[in-house]
Amino acid sequence: MANVLIPDAVLVKNYVGGDENALATLINRHQSKIYGFIYSKISDRDVSDDIFQDTFIKVIKTLKSNAYNEEGKFLPWVMRIAHNLIVDHFRRNKKMPMFRETEEFSIFSIMSDNSPNIESQIITAQVESDLQKLIDELPDDQKEVLIMRMYQDLSFKEISELTGVSINTALGRMRYALMNLRKVIEKHNIILTN
Amino acid sequence: MAKIYSKQPLAAPKMLPKKETVNLILNYSKAMSMVKVGKMTFECIAN
Repeated sequence: MANVLIPDAVLVKNYVGGDENALATLINRHQSKIYGFIYSKISDRDVSDDIFQDTFIKVIKTLKSNAYNEEGKFLPWVMRIAHNLIVDHFRRNKKMPMFRETEEFSIFSIMSDNSPNIESQIITAQVESDLQKLIDELPDDQKEVLIMRMYQDLSFKEISELTGVSINTALGRMRYALMNLRKVIEKHNIILTN
Repeated sequence: MAKIYSKQPLAAPKMLPKKETVNLILNYSKAMSMVKVGKMTFECIAN
C-alpha cells in the first residue's frame, strides 16, 4: 500500500501544500494511538472525542499558518498537544467540578435556598400590617416613642432631645407602649408570628 | 472453569474516535484557511 510508505514528514509537507487527503492519511495512521492515549487519561468516550477533535484543530491551525517546523517528530508533537489539552481539562474540572445526582444523594441536601418563599413573604407583610394597626391605637406619646425607636432606630437620648422630655420619661413611654401592645394582643388573641 | 494461562496478553480493544469526529476534523480542514495581512493572521472559515 502506497500510503504506508509515505513518511509523516512528506504527508505534512503535502498537506501544507494543499493536499487535504494527506491529513486524512495522517489521522488514519495515528488516530488509534492518539485516541487511546487520551482515553487512558480521561476514561470518558465523549470527552476523549472532544479532546481528540481539539487536538487536531490545533494541528490544522499550526500547519495552515506555516508555523510548524518539520523535524521528523509529527506524532510526538501531536501527542504533546493532546497531553496539554488533557491537563487543561483536569484544571478546568478541578475549578468547577460537575456533580451528578444519584438516587441516594441529592445536592439539595447540602445546598439550600434560605430566602423566604412567597407564603412567608405574604405572612410577614400581613403581620407587619396588623402590627401597624395596633401601634396606631396607642396613645400619641407612646406611639411616637415606639415609632422613633423601632422604625427610625433612634437612641433614647435622641428621642428625648427631639420630644423635649427626659430620657427616663422616654424610656417609661416605651415601656408602657410595649405593655399596652401585649395587652391588646393577648386580649384579642392576635397571632403575630410566621 | 479452567483458568487461562495465556502467554499472550489479552488484546486491548482498539480505541478509535467516532467517525463523526474525524469527519468534522476533515471538513474543518477543508473549510479553514489562514490569511496573512501584514503581521496579523486571520482564520477564515468558508461556509
